[in-house]
Amino acid sequence: MKKKNIAKVYLTVFIAFLSISLNAKEKAEGEQEGGKVDTKEEIKEYIDHHLADSHYFNFLSDGEAGEHYGFPLPVILWDNGLKVFSSGKFHHGEELVEIDGQHYKLYHSKIYKTDANGTINYSEESEYPTNERPLDFSITKNVVTMIAVSLLMFLMFSALASAYGKKDIPTKFGRFLEPLVIYVRDDIAKPNIGPKYRKYMSFLLTVFFFIWVLNLIGMTPLGINVTGNIAITFALALITFIIVQFSGNKSYWKHIFWMPGVPIPMKIVLAPIEVLGMFTKPFALMIRLFANMTAGHVVIMSLLGLIFVFQNWIAGPAFFGFTIFISIIELLVAFLQAYIFTLLSALYIGMAVEEHDDHNPADNEDIPVL
Amino acid sequence: MEKLWNDFSFGLFFWQIIILVVLILLLKKFAWKPILDSLNSREEGIKDALASAANARKEMQNLKSDNEKLLQEARAERDGILREAREMKEKVVADAAEEAQKKADRIVAQAKESINLEKQAAMAELKNQVAELSVEIAEKVVRKELSNPKEQHQLIEKMIGDAKLN
Repeated sequence: MKKKNIAKVYLTVFIAFLSISLNAKEKAEGEQEGGKVDTKEEIKEYIDHHLADSHYFNFLSDGEAGEHYGFPLPVILWDNGLKVFSSGKFHHGEELVEIDGQHYKLYHSKIYKTDANGTINYSEESEYPTNERPLDFSITKNVVTMIAVSLLMFLMFSALASAYGKKDIPTKFGRFLEPLVIYVRDDIAKPNIGPKYRKYMSFLLTVFFFIWVLNLIGMTPLGINVTGNIAITFALALITFIIVQFSGNKSYWKHIFWMPGVPIPMKIVLAPIEVLGMFTKPFALMIRLFANMTAGHVVIMSLLGLIFVFQNWIAGPAFFGFTIFISIIELLVAFLQAYIFTLLSALYIGMAVEEHDDHNPADNEDIPVL
Repeated sequence: MEKLWNDFSFGLFFWQIIILVVLILLLKKFAWKPILDSLNSREEGIKDALASAANARKEMQNLKSDNEKLLQEARAERDGILREAREMKEKVVADAAEEAQKKADRIVAQAKESINLEKQAAMAELKNQVAELSVEIAEKVVRKELSNPKEQHQLIEKMIGDAKLN
């Protein structure tokens, strides 16, 4: 009984502390307006801001004091020549940067070309600025994260690889990694691709761990959202698309342009549908990963935001509990999305390399709808 | 959709492609290939070990059944030898008995024969003696004839009686 009470007290103190610290963080990030983030609009804007990529790597910022704790990242622009400078020059969007007579403004995490006064123009029909944007090759927060994840993966797996040189069975962290590698090989690659799976293992393994680690990093309080970015998922899906098309054998192309086993009018009808299918499959990959990760971030941040909308002792712990619950689900989703992306990539590759002897009904494998 | 287009950053896409392709190639060379190779060789090793263990078990089984067969053969042979020996013994005993019987018969036959011979010889001798006796008697009778014919007669009778007794 006594123990239970103590545990309760600890929990309450912990929640209170967390609420305070979250509050502080939320306050700090409301940099555009300054002051607390406690209205619905501000929370929405804060979430949008969090979901977007950033030219700063901020761990913490204090909106009221205008202080930011983090470091600026290099900005690389291609706008009639290469222009490189530190994002620190923007002072978090407060100042214009002038290079070769061209003014740039950082506005909602994006760089726009402006006049000397930094005017942002809006048109009637769009809620987004109509100012021209330079080609932005900046090393943004997401790029930094990806490089960090790549380094981490390289260290982990090269360590695992070198561990095999000494012993047959890996030790330490390799014991955790090895079953995952075997899992990708035996449960994703082999059943879906078939005997030619070895050629695609590097792609599948890299993509699986890359997405998974990035998803997990998205769960940390660093406020990183890489896999929930459409450019990232587009790049991933594009690589899958290219690999599938380049692996396609004769029978794959025949099934797209001249479907065997159906009457000629059907062949003509099916060809455009199959061609469209070539593109919809990776498109679905792109949207699925993007939407799942973005939705997860939005739900968690909205639940946290609700604490600051209600600001009372009932809603706070309740939404905190919800957040924990959703976070656990998101941990599962982080793995699941990496798995699904890899699985479907393997499935599409398998469809492209599959050898059809003749067309029998058994060949029409159902594509899982996920 | 407009938000998606607005959010799409070509720079991020560019970096992502470069990073991912480089990562795939680097990991392929330094991680995936060695990892998968050693996993494969390990699995092959395990498979081989299992197969050889199964083989050994099978061989053992074979050896065992061979032994069993040998043992069975040996036992059968032993039984055969024993049976043969028993038969031989019986035969030898039977033969010996027969032989002995034959011998005994022969001895008996010989004995009978020699008895017969002896008997005949004795008879012959007896006859000779009788003849001699007869001659003697006849001599004596002839001598006594002269003295007393009565007595002579008596004597002859007595002699004959003696001869009969013989």
